[in-house]
Amino acid sequence: MADIATRATRVTPATRGRRHNGGGPRAGVIVAFVTPFFLPFVLFYLVPICYAIGQSFMAVRRTGGQYGTSYTTFGGFEQYVKVFQNTEFWSSIGRIALFGIVQVPVMLFLALIMALLLDTPLLKLKAFFRIAAFMPYAVPGVIAAIMWSFLYSPQLSPVVDVLKAIGLQPDFLGPGAVLWSAANVSTWLWTGYNMLIMYSALQAIPQELYEAAKLDGASNWAIAWKIKVPIIAPSIILTTVFSIIGTLQLYAEPAVLRQISSNISSTFTPNMLAYAVASGNNYQQAAAISVVIAVITFVLSFGFMRLTSKRAGL
Amino acid sequence: MNNQTPIRESRVSRTAAMALMFLLAIYFLLPIYFLLVAATKPQGDLASTFGLAFSHFNLFENLSTLFGRSDGIFGRWALNSVIYAVLGAAVGTLISALCGYALAKFKFRGREFLFSVILGGVLVPTTALALPLFLLFSATGIVNTYLAVFLPSIVSPFGVYLARIFTSAAVPDEILESARLDGAGEFRTFFSVSLKLMTPALVTIFLFQFVGIWNNFFLPMVMLQKESLFPITLGLFEWNGQTARVSLLQESVITGALISIVPVIIVFILLQRFWRTGLAAGSIK
Repeated sequence: MADIATRATRVTPATRGRRHNGGGPRAGVIVAFVTPFFLPFVLFYLVPICYAIGQSFMAVRRTGGQYGTSYTTFGGFEQYVKVFQNTEFWSSIGRIALFGIVQVPVMLFLALIMALLLDTPLLKLKAFFRIAAFMPYAVPGVIAAIMWSFLYSPQLSPVVDVLKAIGLQPDFLGPGAVLWSAANVSTWLWTGYNMLIMYSALQAIPQELYEAAKLDGASNWAIAWKIKVPIIAPSIILTTVFSIIGTLQLYAEPAVLRQISSNISSTFTPNMLAYAVASGNNYQQAAAISVVIAVITFVLSFGFMRLTSKRAGL
Repeated sequence: MNNQTPIRESRVSRTAAMALMFLLAIYFLLPIYFLLVAATKPQGDLASTFGLAFSHFNLFENLSTLFGRSDGIFGRWALNSVIYAVLGAAVGTLISALCGYALAKFKFRGREFLFSVILGGVLVPTTALALPLFLLFSATGIVNTYLAVFLPSIVSPFGVYLARIFTSAAVPDEILESARLDGAGEFRTFFSVSLKLMTPALVTIFLFQFVGIWNNFFLPMVMLQKESLFPITLGLFEWNGQTARVSLLQESVITGALISIVPVIIVFILLQRFWRTGLAAGSIK
Protein backbone atom coordinates (compact mmCIF):
# COMPACT_ATOMS: atom_id res chain seq x y z
CA MET A 1 0.00 0.00 0.00
CA ALA A 2 2.82 2.40 0.92
CA ASP A 3 4.37 2.47 -2.53
CA ILE A 4 0.99 3.19 -4.11
CA ALA A 5 0.55 6.16 -1.77
CA THR A 6 3.95 7.62 -2.58
CA ARG A 7 3.39 7.09 -6.26
CA ALA A 8 0.08 8.91 -6.02
CA THR A 9 1.71 11.96 -4.41
CA ARG A 10 4.42 12.00 -7.02
CA VAL A 11 1.96 12.42 -9.87
CA THR A 12 1.89 16.19 -9.83
CA PRO A 13 0.99 18.23 -12.92
CA ALA A 14 4.68 18.70 -13.64
CA THR A 15 5.51 15.00 -13.80
CA ARG A 16 2.18 13.86 -15.12
CA GLY A 17 3.10 13.53 -18.74
CA ARG A 18 6.29 11.65 -17.99
CA ARG A 19 6.64 8.01 -17.29
CA HIS A 20 7.12 7.62 -13.56
CA ASN A 21 9.40 4.69 -12.83
CA GLY A 22 7.62 1.35 -12.37
CA GLY A 23 4.93 2.59 -14.76
CA GLY A 24 1.22 2.12 -14.34
CA PRO A 25 -1.58 4.40 -13.27
CA ARG A 26 -2.66 5.47 -9.79
CA ALA A 27 -4.39 3.05 -7.43
CA GLY A 28 -7.70 4.86 -7.82
CA VAL A 29 -7.66 4.30 -11.57
CA ILE A 30 -6.92 0.59 -11.18
CA VAL A 31 -9.77 0.25 -8.71
CA ALA A 32 -12.08 2.02 -11.16
CA PHE A 33 -11.15 -0.48 -13.89
CA VAL A 34 -11.44 -3.60 -11.77
CA THR A 35 -14.45 -2.82 -9.56
CA PRO A 36 -17.24 -2.90 -12.20
CA PHE A 37 -16.47 -6.59 -12.67
CA PHE A 38 -15.17 -7.48 -9.26
CA LEU A 39 -18.05 -6.09 -7.22
CA PRO A 40 -20.73 -8.15 -9.03
CA PHE A 41 -18.31 -11.10 -8.93
CA VAL A 42 -18.13 -10.82 -5.15
CA LEU A 43 -21.89 -10.28 -4.79
CA PHE A 44 -23.08 -13.00 -7.17
CA TYR A 45 -20.25 -15.56 -6.90
CA LEU A 46 -18.35 -15.31 -3.64
CA VAL A 47 -21.16 -14.22 -1.33
CA PRO A 48 -23.57 -17.01 -2.44
CA ILE A 49 -20.79 -19.58 -2.00
CA CYS A 50 -20.09 -18.38 1.54
CA TYR A 51 -23.81 -18.14 2.25
CA ALA A 52 -24.42 -21.71 1.05
CA ILE A 53 -21.58 -22.97 3.22
CA GLY A 54 -22.98 -21.05 6.17
CA GLN A 55 -26.52 -22.34 5.60
CA SER A 56 -25.28 -25.91 5.34
CA PHE A 57 -24.15 -25.72 8.97
CA MET A 58 -27.55 -24.49 10.20
CA ALA A 59 -30.63 -26.46 11.19
CA VAL A 60 -34.28 -25.64 11.74
CA ARG A 61 -35.72 -26.58 15.13
CA ARG A 62 -39.19 -26.26 16.58
CA THR A 63 -40.21 -25.27 20.05
CA GLY A 64 -42.77 -27.64 21.51
CA GLY A 65 -43.82 -30.29 18.99
CA GLN A 66 -45.29 -30.24 15.53
CA TYR A 67 -47.07 -26.89 15.76
CA GLY A 68 -44.48 -24.94 17.68
CA THR A 69 -42.70 -21.97 16.15
CA SER A 70 -39.60 -22.86 14.18
CA TYR A 71 -36.24 -21.18 14.51
CA THR A 72 -32.89 -21.60 12.78
CA THR A 73 -29.85 -22.46 14.81
CA PHE A 74 -26.32 -23.80 14.41
CA GLY A 75 -26.49 -27.48 13.55
CA GLY A 76 -22.86 -28.45 13.04
CA PHE A 77 -22.44 -31.28 10.56
CA GLU A 78 -26.04 -32.41 10.99
CA GLN A 79 -26.99 -31.55 7.39
CA TYR A 80 -23.94 -33.33 6.00
CA VAL A 81 -24.70 -36.45 8.03
CA LYS A 82 -28.21 -36.37 6.54
CA VAL A 83 -26.81 -36.01 3.04
CA PHE A 84 -24.55 -39.01 3.45
CA GLN A 85 -27.35 -41.09 4.99
CA ASN A 86 -29.71 -40.20 2.16
CA THR A 87 -30.07 -43.18 -0.19
CA GLU A 88 -31.58 -40.95 -2.89
CA PHE A 89 -28.39 -38.89 -2.81
CA TRP A 90 -26.22 -41.96 -3.31
CA SER A 91 -28.35 -43.31 -6.13
CA SER A 92 -28.23 -39.94 -7.90
CA ILE A 93 -24.44 -39.93 -7.50
CA GLY A 94 -24.25 -43.50 -8.79
CA ARG A 95 -26.35 -42.62 -11.84
CA ILE A 96 -24.26 -39.56 -12.64
CA ALA A 97 -21.02 -41.49 -12.16
CA LEU A 98 -22.18 -44.18 -14.59
CA PHE A 99 -23.29 -41.45 -16.99
CA GLY A 100 -19.95 -39.66 -16.75
CA ILE A 101 -17.76 -42.75 -17.06
CA VAL A 102 -19.47 -43.71 -20.30
CA GLN A 103 -20.66 -40.44 -21.85
CA VAL A 104 -17.57 -38.27 -21.32
CA PRO A 105 -15.06 -40.69 -22.95
CA VAL A 106 -17.43 -41.48 -25.83
CA MET A 107 -18.06 -37.80 -26.52
CA LEU A 108 -14.41 -36.78 -26.27
CA PHE A 109 -13.27 -39.72 -28.39
CA LEU A 110 -15.75 -38.71 -31.11
CA ALA A 111 -14.60 -35.10 -30.82
CA LEU A 112 -10.95 -36.11 -31.07
CA ILE A 113 -11.51 -38.34 -34.12
CA MET A 114 -13.38 -35.53 -35.88
CA ALA A 115 -10.74 -32.95 -34.98
CA LEU A 116 -7.93 -35.20 -36.24
CA LEU A 117 -9.77 -35.97 -39.47
CA LEU A 118 -10.46 -32.29 -40.08
CA ASP A 119 -6.76 -31.67 -39.62
CA THR A 120 -5.72 -34.14 -42.36
CA PRO A 121 -5.81 -33.60 -46.12
CA LEU A 122 -8.16 -36.63 -46.35
CA LEU A 123 -11.38 -34.65 -46.12
CA LYS A 124 -13.27 -32.40 -48.45
CA LEU A 125 -16.17 -30.16 -47.35
CA LYS A 126 -14.35 -29.33 -44.13
CA ALA A 127 -16.27 -26.12 -43.50
CA PHE A 128 -19.57 -28.00 -43.81
CA PHE A 129 -18.53 -30.68 -41.31
CA ARG A 130 -17.24 -28.09 -38.88
CA ILE A 131 -20.46 -26.12 -38.96
CA ALA A 132 -22.66 -29.22 -38.76
CA ALA A 133 -20.85 -30.41 -35.65
CA PHE A 134 -20.81 -27.02 -33.97
CA MET A 135 -24.45 -26.17 -34.69
CA PRO A 136 -25.89 -28.00 -31.66
CA TYR A 137 -23.89 -25.65 -29.42
CA ALA A 138 -26.28 -22.90 -30.55
CA VAL A 139 -29.22 -24.91 -29.21
CA PRO A 140 -30.14 -24.43 -25.54
CA GLY A 141 -29.97 -27.65 -23.49
CA VAL A 142 -33.70 -27.53 -22.77
CA ILE A 143 -34.60 -27.12 -26.43
CA ALA A 144 -32.18 -29.91 -27.42
CA ALA A 145 -33.81 -32.21 -24.88
CA ILE A 146 -37.27 -31.27 -26.19
CA MET A 147 -36.16 -31.99 -29.78
CA TRP A 148 -34.70 -35.35 -28.84
CA SER A 149 -37.71 -36.23 -26.72
CA PHE A 150 -39.78 -36.07 -29.92
CA LEU A 151 -37.27 -38.39 -31.56
CA TYR A 152 -37.59 -40.78 -28.60
CA SER A 153 -41.37 -40.63 -28.42
CA PRO A 154 -43.04 -43.80 -29.76
CA GLN A 155 -45.86 -41.77 -31.36
CA LEU A 156 -43.87 -39.12 -33.24
CA SER A 157 -40.39 -40.42 -33.83
CA PRO A 158 -39.20 -41.21 -37.35
CA VAL A 159 -36.25 -43.02 -35.73
CA VAL A 160 -38.59 -45.39 -33.91
CA ASP A 161 -40.56 -45.87 -37.15
CA VAL A 162 -37.43 -46.85 -39.05
CA LEU A 163 -36.19 -49.19 -36.32
CA LYS A 164 -39.61 -50.86 -36.13
CA ALA A 165 -39.61 -51.33 -39.89
CA ILE A 166 -36.43 -53.40 -39.61
CA GLY A 167 -37.92 -55.49 -36.82
CA LEU A 168 -36.57 -53.81 -33.66
CA GLN A 169 -38.63 -52.72 -30.67
CA PRO A 170 -36.77 -49.69 -29.32
CA ASP A 171 -37.87 -48.14 -26.05
CA PHE A 172 -35.76 -45.04 -25.56
CA LEU A 173 -37.69 -44.03 -22.45
CA GLY A 174 -37.64 -47.38 -20.67
CA PRO A 175 -36.07 -47.82 -17.22
CA GLY A 176 -32.76 -49.13 -18.56
CA ALA A 177 -32.47 -46.85 -21.57
CA VAL A 178 -33.54 -43.43 -20.33
CA LEU A 179 -30.18 -42.59 -18.73
CA TRP A 180 -28.48 -43.24 -22.07
CA SER A 181 -31.12 -41.24 -23.89
CA ALA A 182 -30.17 -38.30 -21.68
CA ALA A 183 -26.48 -39.06 -22.31
CA ASN A 184 -27.14 -38.93 -26.03
CA VAL A 185 -28.59 -35.41 -25.73
CA SER A 186 -25.43 -34.24 -23.92
CA THR A 187 -23.21 -35.91 -26.50
CA TRP A 188 -25.16 -34.30 -29.32
CA LEU A 189 -24.91 -30.88 -27.66
CA TRP A 190 -21.23 -30.83 -26.72
CA THR A 191 -19.25 -32.99 -29.16
CA GLY A 192 -18.84 -30.18 -31.69
CA TYR A 193 -17.78 -27.65 -29.07
CA ASN A 194 -15.10 -29.99 -27.72
CA MET A 195 -14.08 -30.89 -31.25
CA LEU A 196 -13.49 -27.22 -32.09
CA ILE A 197 -11.34 -26.68 -28.97
CA MET A 198 -9.17 -29.64 -30.00
CA TYR A 199 -9.18 -28.59 -33.65
CA SER A 200 -8.02 -25.06 -32.74
CA ALA A 201 -5.14 -26.56 -30.79
CA LEU A 202 -4.22 -28.77 -33.77
CA GLN A 203 -4.25 -25.77 -36.08
CA ALA A 204 -1.76 -24.02 -33.84
CA ILE A 205 0.87 -26.75 -34.32
CA PRO A 206 3.49 -25.66 -36.87
CA GLN A 207 3.48 -27.85 -39.99
CA GLU A 208 7.29 -28.28 -39.85
CA LEU A 209 6.83 -30.62 -36.90
CA TYR A 210 5.35 -33.24 -39.21
CA GLU A 211 7.80 -32.80 -42.06
CA ALA A 212 10.49 -35.04 -40.57
CA ALA A 213 8.00 -37.78 -39.75
CA LYS A 214 6.53 -37.58 -43.25
CA LEU A 215 9.96 -37.88 -44.85
CA ASP A 216 10.51 -41.01 -42.75
CA GLY A 217 7.37 -42.41 -44.35
CA ALA A 218 5.13 -42.23 -41.29
CA SER A 219 1.44 -42.66 -42.13
CA ASN A 220 -1.17 -40.00 -41.35
CA TRP A 221 -2.46 -42.41 -38.71
CA ALA A 222 0.90 -42.61 -36.96
CA ILE A 223 1.44 -38.87 -37.14
CA ALA A 224 -2.02 -38.31 -35.62
CA TRP A 225 -1.63 -40.62 -32.64
CA LYS A 226 2.10 -40.31 -31.94
CA ILE A 227 2.66 -36.60 -32.60
CA LYS A 228 -0.60 -34.65 -32.69
CA VAL A 229 -2.47 -36.21 -29.77
CA PRO A 230 0.40 -35.77 -27.26
CA ILE A 231 0.84 -32.14 -28.35
CA ILE A 232 -2.82 -31.25 -27.85
CA ALA A 233 -3.03 -33.15 -24.53
CA PRO A 234 -3.63 -29.89 -22.58
CA SER A 235 -6.74 -29.21 -24.68
CA ILE A 236 -8.00 -32.74 -24.16
CA ILE A 237 -7.48 -32.33 -20.42
CA LEU A 238 -9.32 -29.00 -20.50
CA THR A 239 -12.32 -30.47 -22.34
CA THR A 240 -12.36 -33.40 -19.90
CA VAL A 241 -12.45 -31.07 -16.91
CA PHE A 242 -15.24 -28.99 -18.44
CA SER A 243 -17.15 -32.19 -19.20
CA ILE A 244 -16.80 -33.43 -15.62
CA ILE A 245 -18.13 -30.10 -14.34
CA GLY A 246 -21.01 -30.25 -16.82
CA THR A 247 -21.91 -33.82 -15.93
CA LEU A 248 -22.15 -33.08 -12.21
CA GLN A 249 -24.44 -30.13 -12.96
CA LEU A 250 -26.78 -32.15 -15.15
CA TYR A 251 -30.32 -30.84 -14.82
CA ALA A 252 -32.11 -29.65 -17.95
CA GLU A 253 -31.91 -32.81 -20.08
CA PRO A 254 -33.27 -35.25 -17.48
CA ALA A 255 -35.82 -32.65 -16.31
CA VAL A 256 -37.24 -32.46 -19.85
CA LEU A 257 -37.22 -36.24 -20.35
CA ARG A 258 -39.03 -36.53 -17.01
CA GLN A 259 -41.96 -34.73 -18.64
CA ILE A 260 -42.48 -37.68 -20.99
CA SER A 261 -41.02 -40.61 -19.07
CA SER A 262 -42.05 -41.99 -15.70
CA ASN A 263 -38.63 -43.62 -15.41
CA ILE A 264 -36.96 -40.40 -14.30
CA SER A 265 -37.61 -39.51 -10.69
CA SER A 266 -37.54 -35.98 -9.28
CA THR A 267 -34.21 -36.90 -7.67
CA PHE A 268 -32.60 -38.45 -10.76
CA THR A 269 -29.41 -36.34 -10.63
CA PRO A 270 -27.76 -34.67 -7.60
CA ASN A 271 -28.79 -31.26 -8.91
CA MET A 272 -32.41 -32.34 -9.34
CA LEU A 273 -32.29 -33.67 -5.77
CA ALA A 274 -30.95 -30.33 -4.48
CA TYR A 275 -33.73 -28.48 -6.29
CA ALA A 276 -36.42 -30.88 -5.06
CA VAL A 277 -35.19 -30.50 -1.47
CA ALA A 278 -35.09 -26.71 -1.78
CA SER A 279 -38.63 -26.71 -3.22
CA GLY A 280 -39.67 -28.44 0.00
CA ASN A 281 -38.32 -25.38 1.85
CA ASN A 282 -35.47 -27.39 3.39
CA TYR A 283 -32.85 -24.84 2.36
CA GLN A 284 -30.18 -25.97 4.81
CA GLN A 285 -30.29 -29.51 3.48
CA ALA A 286 -30.31 -28.21 -0.13
CA ALA A 287 -27.29 -26.03 0.66
CA ALA A 288 -25.42 -29.01 2.09
CA ILE A 289 -26.16 -31.04 -1.07
CA SER A 290 -24.97 -28.15 -3.27
CA VAL A 291 -21.77 -27.84 -1.25
CA VAL A 292 -21.11 -31.58 -1.51
CA ILE A 293 -21.67 -31.46 -5.30
CA ALA A 294 -19.31 -28.48 -5.61
CA VAL A 295 -16.62 -30.19 -3.50
CA ILE A 296 -16.89 -33.38 -5.56
CA THR A 297 -16.60 -31.27 -8.72
CA PHE A 298 -13.47 -29.53 -7.46
CA VAL A 299 -11.84 -32.73 -6.25
CA LEU A 300 -12.51 -34.51 -9.53
CA SER A 301 -11.41 -31.61 -11.77
CA PHE A 302 -8.23 -30.88 -9.85
CA GLY A 303 -7.53 -34.56 -9.26
CA PHE A 304 -7.84 -35.25 -12.96
CA MET A 305 -5.60 -32.30 -13.86
CA ARG A 306 -2.94 -33.37 -11.36
CA LEU A 307 -3.07 -37.00 -12.44
CA THR A 308 -2.81 -36.28 -16.15
CA SER A 309 -0.24 -33.51 -15.88
CA LYS A 310 2.02 -35.79 -13.82
CA ARG A 311 1.72 -38.65 -16.27
CA ALA A 312 2.17 -36.49 -19.35
CA GLY A 313 5.02 -34.60 -17.71
CA LEU A 314 3.39 -31.27 -18.50
CA MET B 1 0.40 -30.35 -49.46
CA ASN B 2 3.16 -32.83 -50.14
CA ASN B 3 1.62 -36.10 -49.18
CA GLN B 4 4.17 -38.88 -48.93
CA THR B 5 1.72 -41.65 -48.06
CA PRO B 6 1.06 -44.30 -50.75
CA ILE B 7 -1.86 -43.44 -53.00
CA ARG B 8 -3.81 -46.60 -52.25
CA GLU B 9 -3.76 -46.09 -48.50
CA SER B 10 -4.91 -42.56 -48.91
CA ARG B 11 -7.77 -43.51 -51.22
CA VAL B 12 -9.13 -46.08 -48.78
CA SER B 13 -8.71 -43.75 -45.82
CA ARG B 14 -10.19 -40.88 -47.77
CA THR B 15 -13.39 -42.82 -48.40
CA ALA B 16 -13.57 -44.12 -44.84
CA ALA B 17 -12.97 -40.65 -43.42
CA MET B 18 -15.63 -39.06 -45.60
CA ALA B 19 -18.13 -41.81 -44.77
CA LEU B 20 -17.56 -41.41 -41.04
CA MET B 21 -17.86 -37.64 -41.21
CA PHE B 22 -21.07 -37.86 -43.23
CA LEU B 23 -22.59 -40.23 -40.67
CA LEU B 24 -21.69 -37.84 -37.86
CA ALA B 25 -22.99 -34.84 -39.81
CA ILE B 26 -26.32 -36.65 -40.24
CA TYR B 27 -26.38 -37.30 -36.49
CA PHE B 28 -25.82 -33.61 -35.74
CA LEU B 29 -28.26 -32.29 -38.31
CA LEU B 30 -31.06 -34.85 -38.01
CA PRO B 31 -32.83 -33.38 -34.95
CA ILE B 32 -32.71 -29.89 -36.47
CA TYR B 33 -34.06 -31.17 -39.78
CA PHE B 34 -36.80 -33.07 -37.95
CA LEU B 35 -37.77 -29.90 -36.10
CA LEU B 36 -37.88 -27.95 -39.34
CA VAL B 37 -40.16 -30.54 -40.96
CA ALA B 38 -42.37 -30.89 -37.88
CA ALA B 39 -42.82 -27.13 -37.59
CA THR B 40 -44.42 -27.05 -41.05
CA LYS B 41 -47.00 -29.74 -40.27
CA PRO B 42 -50.48 -29.42 -38.80
CA GLN B 43 -50.81 -31.03 -35.35
CA GLY B 44 -52.82 -33.92 -36.78
CA ASP B 45 -50.02 -34.94 -39.16
CA LEU B 46 -47.34 -35.11 -36.44
CA ALA B 47 -48.17 -38.64 -35.37
CA SER B 48 -49.81 -39.88 -38.56
CA THR B 49 -47.11 -39.03 -41.12
CA PHE B 50 -43.43 -40.00 -41.32
CA GLY B 51 -41.36 -37.55 -39.27
CA LEU B 52 -38.71 -36.79 -41.87
CA ALA B 53 -41.03 -36.15 -44.81
CA PHE B 54 -42.93 -32.93 -45.41
CA SER B 55 -46.72 -33.22 -45.54
CA HIS B 56 -49.33 -30.48 -45.66
CA PHE B 57 -47.51 -27.13 -45.39
CA ASN B 58 -48.94 -25.43 -42.34
CA LEU B 59 -46.03 -23.32 -41.06
CA PHE B 60 -47.77 -19.95 -41.22
CA GLU B 61 -50.87 -21.20 -39.40
CA ASN B 62 -48.57 -22.75 -36.77
CA LEU B 63 -46.76 -19.46 -36.34
CA SER B 64 -49.94 -17.50 -35.87
CA THR B 65 -51.24 -20.05 -33.36
CA LEU B 66 -47.91 -19.90 -31.53
CA PHE B 67 -47.79 -16.12 -31.28
CA GLY B 68 -51.52 -15.90 -30.51
CA ARG B 69 -51.48 -18.26 -27.53
CA SER B 70 -52.28 -16.75 -24.08
CA ASP B 71 -52.33 -13.15 -25.38
CA GLY B 72 -49.04 -13.49 -27.23
CA ILE B 73 -46.99 -14.77 -24.31
CA PHE B 74 -44.49 -16.43 -26.66
CA GLY B 75 -43.54 -13.09 -28.19
CA ARG B 76 -43.02 -11.79 -24.69
CA TRP B 77 -40.70 -14.71 -23.86
CA ALA B 78 -38.72 -14.13 -27.03
CA LEU B 79 -38.38 -10.45 -26.17
CA ASN B 80 -37.31 -11.35 -22.62
CA SER B 81 -34.63 -13.71 -23.93
CA VAL B 82 -33.35 -10.96 -26.19
CA ILE B 83 -33.32 -8.46 -23.30
CA TYR B 84 -31.53 -10.82 -20.90
CA ALA B 85 -29.01 -11.99 -23.48
CA VAL B 86 -28.25 -8.74 -25.35
CA LEU B 87 -28.16 -6.41 -22.35
CA GLY B 88 -26.50 -8.96 -20.09
CA ALA B 89 -23.81 -9.77 -22.64
CA ALA B 90 -23.24 -6.09 -23.48
CA VAL B 91 -22.77 -5.04 -19.86
CA GLY B 92 -20.85 -8.24 -19.13
CA THR B 93 -18.48 -7.68 -22.04
CA LEU B 94 -17.74 -4.11 -20.98
CA ILE B 95 -16.93 -4.97 -17.36
CA SER B 96 -14.92 -8.06 -18.41
CA ALA B 97 -12.96 -5.92 -20.86
CA LEU B 98 -12.19 -3.26 -18.24
CA CYS B 99 -11.05 -5.85 -15.70
CA GLY B 100 -9.13 -8.03 -18.16
CA TYR B 101 -7.45 -4.93 -19.59
CA ALA B 102 -6.35 -3.79 -16.13
CA LEU B 103 -5.03 -7.28 -15.37
CA ALA B 104 -3.08 -7.31 -18.63
CA LYS B 105 -1.70 -3.77 -18.72
CA PHE B 106 -1.44 -2.39 -15.20
CA LYS B 107 1.11 -3.62 -12.72
CA PHE B 108 -0.25 -3.65 -9.21
CA ARG B 109 0.16 -5.62 -6.06
CA GLY B 110 -2.17 -8.62 -5.75
CA ARG B 111 -2.76 -8.74 -9.50
CA GLU B 112 -1.99 -12.43 -9.90
CA PHE B 113 -3.97 -13.30 -6.79
CA LEU B 114 -6.98 -11.43 -8.14
CA PHE B 115 -6.63 -13.23 -11.45
CA SER B 116 -6.45 -16.65 -9.75
CA VAL B 117 -9.60 -15.92 -7.75
CA ILE B 118 -11.43 -14.96 -10.95
CA LEU B 119 -10.09 -18.02 -12.79
CA GLY B 120 -11.29 -20.19 -9.92
CA GLY B 121 -14.73 -18.80 -10.74
CA VAL B 122 -14.58 -20.53 -14.14
CA LEU B 123 -14.65 -23.86 -12.32
CA VAL B 124 -17.59 -23.00 -10.04
CA PRO B 125 -20.71 -24.83 -11.20
CA THR B 126 -23.19 -22.01 -11.85
CA THR B 127 -26.14 -24.18 -10.91
CA ALA B 128 -24.62 -24.48 -7.42
CA LEU B 129 -24.91 -20.68 -7.16
CA ALA B 130 -28.56 -20.46 -8.17
CA LEU B 131 -30.14 -21.76 -4.97
CA PRO B 132 -28.15 -19.62 -2.50
CA LEU B 133 -28.66 -16.63 -4.81
CA PHE B 134 -32.38 -17.27 -4.67
CA LEU B 135 -32.31 -17.12 -0.87
CA LEU B 136 -30.20 -13.95 -0.86
CA PHE B 137 -32.42 -12.34 -3.48
CA SER B 138 -35.60 -13.27 -1.60
CA ALA B 139 -34.23 -11.41 1.39
CA THR B 140 -33.74 -8.29 -0.75
CA GLY B 141 -36.97 -8.60 -2.74
CA ILE B 142 -35.28 -8.96 -6.13
CA VAL B 143 -36.70 -12.45 -6.69
CA ASN B 144 -39.25 -12.64 -9.49
CA THR B 145 -38.02 -9.51 -11.28
CA TYR B 146 -35.88 -8.97 -14.39
CA LEU B 147 -32.92 -8.12 -12.15
CA ALA B 148 -32.92 -11.57 -10.55
CA VAL B 149 -31.85 -13.10 -13.87
CA PHE B 150 -30.01 -10.11 -15.29
CA LEU B 151 -27.62 -9.32 -12.42
CA PRO B 152 -25.98 -12.74 -11.99
CA SER B 153 -25.77 -13.08 -15.79
CA ILE B 154 -23.41 -10.14 -16.27
CA VAL B 155 -20.62 -11.89 -14.36
CA SER B 156 -18.46 -14.02 -16.66
CA PRO B 157 -15.05 -15.05 -15.26
CA PHE B 158 -14.29 -16.69 -18.61
CA GLY B 159 -14.84 -13.29 -20.25
CA VAL B 160 -12.21 -11.68 -18.01
CA TYR B 161 -9.81 -14.50 -18.83
CA LEU B 162 -10.36 -13.99 -22.57
CA ALA B 163 -10.08 -10.20 -22.22
CA ARG B 164 -6.75 -10.50 -20.46
CA ILE B 165 -5.27 -12.85 -23.06
CA PHE B 166 -6.57 -10.83 -25.98
CA THR B 167 -5.40 -7.52 -24.53
CA SER B 168 -1.89 -8.85 -24.01
CA ALA B 169 -1.82 -9.98 -27.63
CA ALA B 170 -3.60 -7.08 -29.34
CA VAL B 171 -2.72 -3.89 -27.43
CA PRO B 172 1.00 -3.01 -27.62
CA ASP B 173 2.51 -1.25 -24.62
CA GLU B 174 4.11 1.37 -26.91
CA ILE B 175 0.70 2.70 -27.97
CA LEU B 176 -0.37 3.09 -24.35
CA GLU B 177 2.93 4.82 -23.56
CA SER B 178 2.52 7.32 -26.34
CA ALA B 179 -1.08 8.01 -25.34
CA ARG B 180 0.16 8.68 -21.82
CA LEU B 181 2.87 10.95 -23.17
CA ASP B 182 0.17 12.90 -24.98
CA GLY B 183 -1.41 13.43 -21.60
CA ALA B 184 -4.44 11.18 -22.10
CA GLY B 185 -5.94 9.69 -18.94
CA GLU B 186 -6.20 5.90 -18.60
CA PHE B 187 -9.94 5.87 -19.28
CA ARG B 188 -9.59 8.05 -22.35
CA THR B 189 -6.83 5.79 -23.62
CA PHE B 190 -8.97 2.75 -22.96
CA PHE B 191 -12.07 4.04 -24.72
CA SER B 192 -10.43 5.86 -27.62
CA VAL B 193 -7.40 3.66 -28.37
CA SER B 194 -7.48 0.25 -26.72
CA LEU B 195 -11.14 -0.66 -27.29
CA LYS B 196 -10.67 -0.31 -31.05
CA LEU B 197 -7.73 -2.70 -30.99
CA MET B 198 -9.73 -5.10 -28.84
CA THR B 199 -12.82 -5.16 -31.06
CA PRO B 200 -12.48 -8.74 -32.41
CA ALA B 201 -11.87 -9.93 -28.85
CA LEU B 202 -14.91 -8.04 -27.58
CA VAL B 203 -17.13 -9.62 -30.23
CA THR B 204 -15.89 -13.05 -29.14
CA ILE B 205 -16.53 -12.35 -25.46
CA PHE B 206 -19.96 -10.94 -26.28
CA LEU B 207 -20.91 -14.02 -28.33
CA PHE B 208 -19.87 -16.50 -25.67
CA GLN B 209 -21.75 -14.63 -22.99
CA PHE B 210 -24.79 -14.09 -25.22
CA VAL B 211 -25.12 -17.82 -25.86
CA GLY B 212 -24.51 -18.60 -22.20
CA ILE B 213 -27.38 -16.34 -21.14
CA TRP B 214 -29.66 -17.32 -24.04
CA ASN B 215 -29.25 -21.00 -23.14
CA ASN B 216 -29.57 -20.51 -19.40
CA PHE B 217 -32.44 -22.36 -17.86
CA PHE B 218 -31.71 -23.26 -14.25
CA LEU B 219 -31.25 -19.70 -12.97
CA PRO B 220 -34.51 -18.33 -14.45
CA MET B 221 -36.34 -21.44 -13.29
CA VAL B 222 -35.18 -20.89 -9.72
CA MET B 223 -35.75 -17.12 -9.75
CA LEU B 224 -38.99 -16.57 -11.68
CA GLN B 225 -42.60 -17.48 -11.02
CA LYS B 226 -44.21 -14.78 -13.13
CA GLU B 227 -44.75 -16.15 -16.66
CA SER B 228 -44.39 -12.70 -18.21
CA LEU B 229 -40.72 -12.61 -17.13
CA PHE B 230 -39.75 -16.03 -18.52
CA PRO B 231 -37.10 -16.44 -21.20
CA ILE B 232 -37.96 -18.74 -24.13
CA THR B 233 -36.23 -21.78 -22.61
CA LEU B 234 -38.27 -21.70 -19.42
CA GLY B 235 -41.52 -20.89 -21.26
CA LEU B 236 -41.16 -23.80 -23.68
CA PHE B 237 -40.18 -26.10 -20.81
CA GLU B 238 -43.43 -25.22 -19.03
CA TRP B 239 -45.50 -25.73 -22.19
CA ASN B 240 -43.77 -29.03 -22.87
CA GLY B 241 -44.84 -30.18 -19.42
CA GLN B 242 -48.46 -29.43 -20.29
CA THR B 243 -48.63 -31.28 -23.64
CA ALA B 244 -49.93 -34.43 -21.93
CA ARG B 245 -53.07 -32.53 -20.94
CA VAL B 246 -53.25 -30.02 -23.79
CA SER B 247 -52.11 -32.09 -26.75
CA LEU B 248 -52.61 -29.22 -29.21
CA LEU B 249 -49.75 -27.45 -27.46
CA GLN B 250 -47.28 -29.90 -28.99
CA GLU B 251 -47.21 -28.18 -32.37
CA SER B 252 -46.57 -24.83 -30.66
CA VAL B 253 -43.70 -26.30 -28.64
CA ILE B 254 -42.15 -27.56 -31.89
CA THR B 255 -42.64 -24.31 -33.79
CA GLY B 256 -41.46 -22.30 -30.77
CA ALA B 257 -38.32 -24.44 -30.45
CA LEU B 258 -37.52 -23.81 -34.11
CA ILE B 259 -38.05 -20.05 -33.70
CA SER B 260 -35.77 -20.02 -30.68
CA ILE B 261 -32.80 -21.69 -32.37
CA VAL B 262 -32.87 -20.30 -35.91
CA PRO B 263 -31.63 -16.75 -35.13
CA VAL B 264 -28.77 -18.04 -32.99
CA ILE B 265 -27.72 -20.59 -35.61
CA ILE B 266 -27.64 -17.87 -38.28
CA VAL B 267 -25.55 -15.58 -36.07
CA PHE B 268 -23.23 -18.51 -35.39
CA ILE B 269 -22.58 -19.25 -39.02
CA LEU B 270 -22.06 -15.58 -39.87
CA LEU B 271 -19.63 -14.99 -37.03
CA GLN B 272 -17.70 -18.27 -37.18
CA ARG B 273 -14.34 -16.50 -37.24
CA PHE B 274 -14.87 -15.08 -33.75
CA TRP B 275 -15.87 -18.42 -32.29
CA ARG B 276 -12.71 -19.98 -33.49
CA THR B 277 -10.48 -17.32 -31.96
CA GLY B 278 -12.35 -17.66 -28.67
CA LEU B 279 -12.06 -21.43 -28.62
CA ALA B 280 -8.42 -21.25 -29.63
CA ALA B 281 -7.72 -18.93 -26.71
CA GLY B 282 -9.59 -21.29 -24.42
CA SER B 283 -7.45 -24.17 -25.58
CA ILE B 284 -4.17 -22.47 -24.68
CA LYS B 285 -5.00 -22.53 -20.99
